[in-house]
Amino acid sequence: MKDYHKLSDIQADLNAGSINCVSLVEDYLKRIDENQDLNAFVDVYAHDARARATVIDAKIKHGTAGKLAGMVIGIKDNIVYKDHPVSAASKILDGFQSLFSATVVERLLEEDAIIIGRLNCDEFAMGSSNRFSKYGAVKNPLDKDRVAGGSSGGSAAAVSAGLCLASLGSDTGGSIRQPASFTGIYGFKPTYGRISRHGLIAFASSFDQIGPFARSAEDISTLYEVMAGPDNFDNTLSKQEVKKASEAELPKKLRIAYFKDALESEKLDPKVREESERIIKELEEQGHEVKGIDFPFLDTMVPVYYILTTAEASSNLARYDGIHFGYRSENAHDLESTYKLSRTEGFGPEVKRRILLGTFVLSSGYYDAYYGKAQKARRLVQDKTNEIFEDFDLIFSPTTPHTAFRIDQVESDPTQMYLEDIFTVHANITGCPSISLPLAKHENGLPLGMQFTAQRFKEAELLAFAQTLVHN
Amino acid sequence: MANTTVSPDIRAKYEPVIGIEIHVQLNSLSKAYSSDATEYGASPNTQISPITLGHPGTLPMFNEAVLESAVKLGIAVQATIREHNEFARKNYFYADLPKGYQITQDLTPICNGGFIEIKDAEGKPKKINLTRIHMEEDSGKSSHDIDPFHTLIDLNRAGVPLLEIVSEPEFRTGDEAYQYLTEMRRLVRYLEISDGNMEEGSLRCDVNISVRPVGQEKFGTKVEVKNLNSFRNVQKAIDYEINRQIALIEDGGTVVQQTFTFDAARGKTQLLRDKEDAHDYRYFNEPDLQPVEVVEEYVNSVKAGLPPLPKELFEKYRKLGLSEYDAALLTDSKEIALYYEAIIAHTNNYKAAANWMMGSIKSYLNEKAAHIKDFPLKAEQIAELIQLVDDSKVSNTAANGDLFKALLENPEKSAAELAEQMNLIQESNTDELQAWVNEALAKYPDKVEEYKAGKKGLTGLFMGEVMKLSRGKADPKLASKLVQETLEK
Repeated sequence: MKDYHKLSDIQADLNAGSINCVSLVEDYLKRIDENQDLNAFVDVYAHDARARATVIDAKIKHGTAGKLAGMVIGIKDNIVYKDHPVSAASKILDGFQSLFSATVVERLLEEDAIIIGRLNCDEFAMGSSNRFSKYGAVKNPLDKDRVAGGSSGGSAAAVSAGLCLASLGSDTGGSIRQPASFTGIYGFKPTYGRISRHGLIAFASSFDQIGPFARSAEDISTLYEVMAGPDNFDNTLSKQEVKKASEAELPKKLRIAYFKDALESEKLDPKVREESERIIKELEEQGHEVKGIDFPFLDTMVPVYYILTTAEASSNLARYDGIHFGYRSENAHDLESTYKLSRTEGFGPEVKRRILLGTFVLSSGYYDAYYGKAQKARRLVQDKTNEIFEDFDLIFSPTTPHTAFRIDQVESDPTQMYLEDIFTVHANITGCPSISLPLAKHENGLPLGMQFTAQRFKEAELLAFAQTLVHN
Repeated sequence: MANTTVSPDIRAKYEPVIGIEIHVQLNSLSKAYSSDATEYGASPNTQISPITLGHPGTLPMFNEAVLESAVKLGIAVQATIREHNEFARKNYFYADLPKGYQITQDLTPICNGGFIEIKDAEGKPKKINLTRIHMEEDSGKSSHDIDPFHTLIDLNRAGVPLLEIVSEPEFRTGDEAYQYLTEMRRLVRYLEISDGNMEEGSLRCDVNISVRPVGQEKFGTKVEVKNLNSFRNVQKAIDYEINRQIALIEDGGTVVQQTFTFDAARGKTQLLRDKEDAHDYRYFNEPDLQPVEVVEEYVNSVKAGLPPLPKELFEKYRKLGLSEYDAALLTDSKEIALYYEAIIAHTNNYKAAANWMMGSIKSYLNEKAAHIKDFPLKAEQIAELIQLVDDSKVSNTAANGDLFKALLENPEKSAAELAEQMNLIQESNTDELQAWVNEALAKYPDKVEEYKAGKKGLTGLFMGEVMKLSRGKADPKLASKLVQETLEK
């Protein structure tokens, strides 16, 4: 099997008749089978995929195939698909099957994508290493002793290893971009309010956003354009028109900002800084204006992020109570023990930690000091970011402060792990679209993502820019 | 148990302070945040979609009908309608709350202020001010008494829209609370936003009660009484609780912040839980719903579409010359008022129309245990009956009696036509009448003498005879005039 990097190549071969969807699916299934040790897939829909491949081959023959014909895709285990199990990698959803499909799933299927399985992730998308999963850690295909990143680790590893052409993830604080960076692929988080969250298992509702992983900027755009746009099931969606990347008018000279203090931070791996500076130089050589600016909220963002997301999570995860669906403790004997035992046994350590933290910051007596204050700080970060976008088109940074770390690396202090998100949370706090591009390599041989963030609803420009970068 | 009999002297030393929270279940066809149906009495767990069930990945949708209902009520009670409305989550665990939180409004209720008018103990008008009205969703229903070993849960009710109406603590007696609830129920029914039915749970209320020595500014410790199932029980619970608290304080005790239910059979409040069990609801902004902006044009358009309100109709009827009593009865229910409105669209005899409503029509409805909407006659037909009487064509007795009865049996016929057929058209031909008068007087020559000697009360006897002779067809007004004229000759 050819190692395809973009859908247009697959479609060219499909049209030429050198391959068909059935053979394509078989090839992917074979690779999935050969790479089981990555622990990327938690469920493979081989039967479904083969059946759909047959149907789509017929459509191709009749010239009625959708835009995504030939796209074999995996979905993160927190995006629901009618009549299929979904668990958010948590024991608490044991035995649960969804009664409906996420809007994004519907839209992919309408355009004839083939969903080949669901992908491992951190439990309820909480984590940066994909080690907090009931299915166990996902391995990085580029170095199996290392993590694939999180929380969408399975989605990243599967695409990086060529087990599917693209995948869906969700990004609440970097859960698409960080694993994309660790595995050397493209990962995109659109503007908050751009892609329906209907069918995405909520972690933090005002931060969560579904987005694609792919092996080309082109495929990122294609998937984004299929999935984006209004949906009656999600009240928080924007009514703004979805512009295609191909329709974006990009000025020759873009104004690109980076946060000076972030690049000069001691926490940053020196090689990451070096690579970032190399990219800056390249951008300047391409005729763009790149300027370091002050951003006074660098140290504020991670705490703000963790206060607000855990608060929302504590409420969003209240429904997993052992009463109506999912896991119920065998030892439960009344209402209270059903709650206590089912939740104690059903949730993993990181999820419990965040529920406790979120419950605490919303408690009366602490609300103003934590949640209330964090909300104000979020507003300040948003205002400051809007100000930056009055003078700049894009904000640049490395996606992560270092490359993929070892799976056996032990963190005694969980807040240390939270600092993983230092570059990525900005886009979630502000709702801005942000993409990680595989533009650099560390001297340790591992890939390193470079992140570009645009103003809200400027996906078309951001994606068009991403495509020019890669072509250069 | 404290002695709860309190002498009037001691009672007078204290001022009760009472506030009421009402939950009105809206009658929208679909739920507050999903398209599930809301029909009362459907088989358990049949009006439930993944959204109602709180399944993973579901999000609330916003039902605009809820907003409209809230704005209607806000306008009717003259509240201030908020422009920027946010939703909040109220977090608590319960088996009939599938999401583990209720979507409600916390800091930005749709309405603030407004009032309901009642009468105080002396009959003087009293305003009960409202603190707020906000939109929220109902929980499911837990039944603890159907299965001996399990609690059964019906989620049909989960997500049904509610308005919570919070009053200022301005009630002083159980009677005031009773009046307020009655008025609020009448209002939501007039507005057609709720059935206002306590038995079906579409109107529920909780009461906060405290007492303080007269003249003291600081409120006493309040207790809450929940799960009240009728307005009378609200009244009784309040009166009981006022006495209990006064007696307790008089005995040297202190009121503790607790939650009670009302045991209607024993006429007593009963402890439900102590304050230590109070929830911390951890309210915060509902991130799944965008704020709703209520613009002035929208409020105006709702205002323009409002049906007439009971207070407006009451004032109108007073101006038409009806007594306070009549006006109050006619406006008691919207359907009655609307029927009355329909009659007076066809007649100017407002008093006669009111008499019909509260006389023959009401008797008919009572007798048949029927609702005005099932009343077989059109308002025009009642107006026609009134006209026949006014024109002296049919006697009032006949109109309300045989003719009304016949018309009910033949609602397709006109009243005049039936009156003709039944030979009920009054004789107003003076010659024939004069003949009956002469015959009647001739029958009682000695009574005529007595009359002439000054016993004027005998007119009734002669009139009775005239009516008898004419078989009721004599126009009583004209006959009476002729009897007198003949006697005075």
